[in-house]
Parts: sequence; structure tokens; C-alpha cells
Amino acid sequence: MPNPRIFKPEEPWQAPEGEPIIRIENVSKRFGDFYAVDDVSLHIHAGEFFSLLGPSGCGKTTLLRMLAGFEIPTEGRIFIDGQDMTAVAPYERSVNMMFQSYALFPHMNVADNIAFGLKQEGMPKAERETRVAEMLSLVQIEKLASRKPHQLSGGQRQRVALARALAKHPKILLLDEPLGALDKKLREQTQFELVNIQERLGITFIVVTHDQEEAMTMSSRIALMRDGRVEQVDPPRRLYEYPASRYAADFIGSVNLLEGFVLSQEDNRVLVRSEEAGIDLEVIHSHPLIAGTPVTLAVRPEKVRLQNAESSLPNRLRGVIKEIAYLGDVSIYHVELPTGKRIQFTQSNIQALAEQPLTWDEEVELGWPANSCGVLEQ
Amino acid sequence: MKRRFPLLLTFLVFGYAFLYGPILSLIVYSFNESRLVTVWAGFSTKWYGELLQNDQLLGAAWLSVKIAASTATGAVILGTLAAMALVRFRRFRGRGSLQVMVTAPLVMPEVIIGLSLLLLFVAMQETIGWPSGRGQTTITIAHMTFAMAYVTVIVQSRLAHMDQSLEEAALDLGARPVKVFFTITLPLIAPALMAGWLLAFTLSLDDLVVASFVSGPGATTLPMVVYSSVRLGVSPEINALATIIVLCVSVAVLIAGILLYRQEKRAQREQNMLNATQAADVAERAQASR
Repeated sequence: MPNPRIFKPEEPWQAPEGEPIIRIENVSKRFGDFYAVDDVSLHIHAGEFFSLLGPSGCGKTTLLRMLAGFEIPTEGRIFIDGQDMTAVAPYERSVNMMFQSYALFPHMNVADNIAFGLKQEGMPKAERETRVAEMLSLVQIEKLASRKPHQLSGGQRQRVALARALAKHPKILLLDEPLGALDKKLREQTQFELVNIQERLGITFIVVTHDQEEAMTMSSRIALMRDGRVEQVDPPRRLYEYPASRYAADFIGSVNLLEGFVLSQEDNRVLVRSEEAGIDLEVIHSHPLIAGTPVTLAVRPEKVRLQNAESSLPNRLRGVIKEIAYLGDVSIYHVELPTGKRIQFTQSNIQALAEQPLTWDEEVELGWPANSCGVLEQ
Repeated sequence: MKRRFPLLLTFLVFGYAFLYGPILSLIVYSFNESRLVTVWAGFSTKWYGELLQNDQLLGAAWLSVKIAASTATGAVILGTLAAMALVRFRRFRGRGSLQVMVTAPLVMPEVIIGLSLLLLFVAMQETIGWPSGRGQTTITIAHMTFAMAYVTVIVQSRLAHMDQSLEEAALDLGARPVKVFFTITLPLIAPALMAGWLLAFTLSLDDLVVASFVSGPGATTLPMVVYSSVRLGVSPEINALATIIVLCVSVAVLIAGILLYRQEKRAQREQNMLNATQAADVAERAQASR
């Protein structure tokens, strides 16, 4: 997955002395008996592109609406820029939001839509016009200034919504499924534009999305949510390579999960006995584990490789190819082990029309490096 | 389609005859020379002249228009408030009973509305001294009571279909709730308010039953005058007045029709323009990706 972001060695969330721009402290939101958001604590730093990722109904939108001020937390506090904003009305916050439906005012043209927020703060007309022109050129829709929303295409509406939300130069921009209504091609293109705009303006972006690929491409960090709780907060790469739970491993990308228990640990080399694999597996894990602890090993399909005579990968597994899915760029193979467990692995299709080296019912030997495997304790 | 269906044509003729026959005969007889409505005695416009002299009839017409206008305005304000409360506030004490009570006048017989309001006004006059006597004020209040129900229903459905994130977006951009109502909500529900106003105006202008109950001496609306004079024999002056009203309504309908037609044309033109730009966008993107 391409990531346009270049990581600096010291990221803001790694500096303990830095004051986060948003502090969410033990926030819960209850509707009747139902906890939409359940005891969430998050620190978000200035300049981050932070994603709230999760399936629908996981509470990510409710959390965003609490940041915007449309919902008031049942418990807990929200600090923005050091100030307690828990119960402050939306029109008194230095936070702006881009809505999933875009919510463009249908009776105003594009320029008036963008100028709406500026008018509310009483900006003089000349200055307002300059700002509107600046915003129009930022999102490249200078020609559409006098159009009404119903005369715009979906992609154009999305740009107007973004320009309107950015017009007041907020410190924090909240985006609710910003690319949800666009078709796939346009969405990919717009992902990079959003990141560029965010980096150019230096505004903190908080994005709600259910699309893991979108979150991986754009974010500096992702908070993975489930049933109102935050499962894991990490940069995309860490979230993918070192998921903290089965849920995290499963939600992002595909993964092979193997149940087992710890046999022994020497330094950071752990031996895990797995009934499903039929053998003892070797894995690198730095946290101390007690022998007998049940664990789940998570191996990404692209980390699994075919063994040949010279290779000396540990974790040798024999099996038979049962299914092949050709996706164009890669092919996915399902290999059945003698124990009945299926392991997925992928191979890049490097050469066009090359004879497929593997076919159905062929016996293969698989393996993966000991350091390419995650250990999940829950 | 060249072939005409004789049966279909007959239906059409009958349909038009039922709809417009009575009105047509009314217009024709308004130009009758004779005092007797049923006997044709040659063309004349003298009844129009007499109508202009008839202060009672003109006064009643003017009173009806005044009552209808203030009823419509009051009903739109009250109906909008009720609709806002019902749509925007999901839960409050008495929500259910407000919903029922506000739409009750739609199904309640007019006689009952009239009678109950009369009893209320009399009781109020005895206890708090207001309204002192019955007349224009009591008729207006009575009309507002039932017209408001219609306005509430119209505005409520419009509000329910409005995307609530529009109001949230305005709040988010720094507009206070009152400002949001006047700059966003009101313009968007304006068509419903207009429709509600016109409906309330028509209902009030049309009403005979409720007005008969709650009016007093000196406040006689047009339907009341027409009804009472018809009992003494129809005067051709009423035909003349009716013709003028029909003329006014026809002109209004015609103007509305033309405006609607123009709007449709413009929307169509805009749609064409949009399609053209979208096609251009697609072409541009295709070129860029090549």
C-alpha cells in the first residue's frame, strides 16, 4: 500500500513533553442503555492526520460529533488546545467539520457557501473575497464560484465542502467519511490531494472512515475502534505489522491465525506448539511469556514463502494447494495442511502470461521468517 | 395518435361540463339585464355598477380578505413553531398530545369547532373580560385555530425531509441557533410556508360555518352575506361579485402556471449545462490519465 508520508524520526506522539492539541479523557456517550462510545482516551497532536477506523456502529462518528460539539459526552472530558471544551456549543469552537453528506447550503452558490463561516465572524467584505478566492484555488474550482450546489458533480461538491470547512482556517478539521460518496478512481486520486492539502496548511485532520485502505494511505496514526472502544492506536505500518489483537489483525488486511501455546522462550526466540499447524513454530517476541500461555500467531499472506532446496526458513509446513485466486497483480493461494487448517499465501505476478508455476492439488512446502510473525496474547 | 375515441371525447365533454358549467352560467347571468336570475332579458353591465354602490357587499368582501390575510399569517407562524417543535425535538413532555391536538381540526366537524370556540369566547368574556364581544378578532382566532393544523402538517413534512446536517453545518461554521433558523432553515422551508399561507388564506375566505358561530353584529364575512341574501332570492349583484372573484383566481392561477413553467425550463437548462460540464470533466480526466 503506498504511503505518501515521510516519517520523521521523532513523531509528536512519541515526545512525552509535547502538549497534545486534543485530549480526550475517559469519554463515554450513552444513548439510553447503549454505550455508543465507551471510556475512550486519546491524545492527538498538532499536525497529525489522525484516522478513526472501524466498522459501522463502532462509535467513531459519535466521537467525532462530540469533538464538533453536536453531542455532549455522558462522562469524561474533552480538551482542545488545553481548554476544557466538553460542553461548549459548536458555534463557539475553533473546530470545523466536513460532513459526510457535504451539507452544502442549496440556496447559496459556491462562493456564498464558502463565505458563510467568514460572515459569521464578521470578516470585512474585501478580506472575505480574497479568502474565498484563495480557498477556491486551493481545491481547484475557481470556475465554479457562481454555481449552485445542484449544478455540481459529486467530486466538485466534495471540494466545495472541503473549501468551506477550511475557509475559517481552523486549527482542527474533522472529516466524516470525506471520500465515502466518490467512485473508486476519484477516491484514490482525492486521498493524495487531501494529504497534500493537510501538509501544506499544517492543520490537524481527524478523519472518520470505515475503509482500511483509505486510513492506511492517508493517516499518520490510526485509532482502530470496536463497539465504542479503542482497540489500538498506532501508525499504519505498526498497526499492520504488529496488530495487538485478533480483531486488529483481521480488520486490516488478511491474515493467517494459528492457535497454540508457548513451549519455551530463549532470549526473544519463542517456541510455540500449534495443533493446527501440526508442528512447533518459531517466532521472535521480546515480551516475556510464561510457558503454557495460549497464544495466537498472526502471519500475513505475503510473508509466507515457498520453500526450495536452498532456503533455510524455519516454520516448514507441507500442504496441498486447494484454491487459487488470480487478482491481476497478485495471486492468492489457499494451502491445506494435513491437519485440515488452511494457510493463505500470495505471490506477485511478475511476468505477464508466464506459465503459472503452481496449480491445483500440487504439494508445496511453505515457510516464513521467525521475525515476520505476530504473537497475540488475547 | 390521429384516431379519436368517441367515448373518451364524451367523457371529456362531460367532465368539463360538470366542472365549468355552473361557473359559466354564473358569469353569463352576471351580464343579465333582468332582476330575475333565471330569466334572460338581454346583455347589461348594470349589476357591476350596482355592486360598486353596494357598501354592505363590498364591506363584507374587504372584511373577509382582511381576516383571511391575518389568519394566514398567524397560522403560518404558529404552524411553523408547532412543526419545529414536533420535528426537531424528539422527546418532550406532551409531545404525543401536541401531535394529536394539532391535527385534530383536520378531522373534527366544523360545526363542533365553531360551537366549542363560541362557548370558549363567551366563557372568557365573562371571566377575564376579553374578547369584549364577538367580531373580526374572534373570527380571526377561530380561523387560525383550524388553519394552523393544515400549515403544521405541510411544514412538518418539509422539515422532516430536510437534511439536518445543513443546520449542523451552519452551527459548526459559527452561526448561532437563531441565525441558523433565519439564514438556513427558513429559506429552505419557504415553499412550504408559501403553500401553507395560500391554503390558510383560502380556507378562511371560504369558511361559513365557523364564522357564523363566532361572529357578532357588525362583522359579517362575504360567505355569510351571500348565504343570507340567497335565502331571500339571489341578487344578480352576487353573480357580478362572483365573476370578479373567478377572474382574480384565474389570473392568479395563470401567473403561477407561467412562473412554474419558466422555473422548470430553467432547471432543465441547468441540468443540460451540468451534463455538459460532467462530460467535459470525464473527457479531461481521460486525457490526463492517458
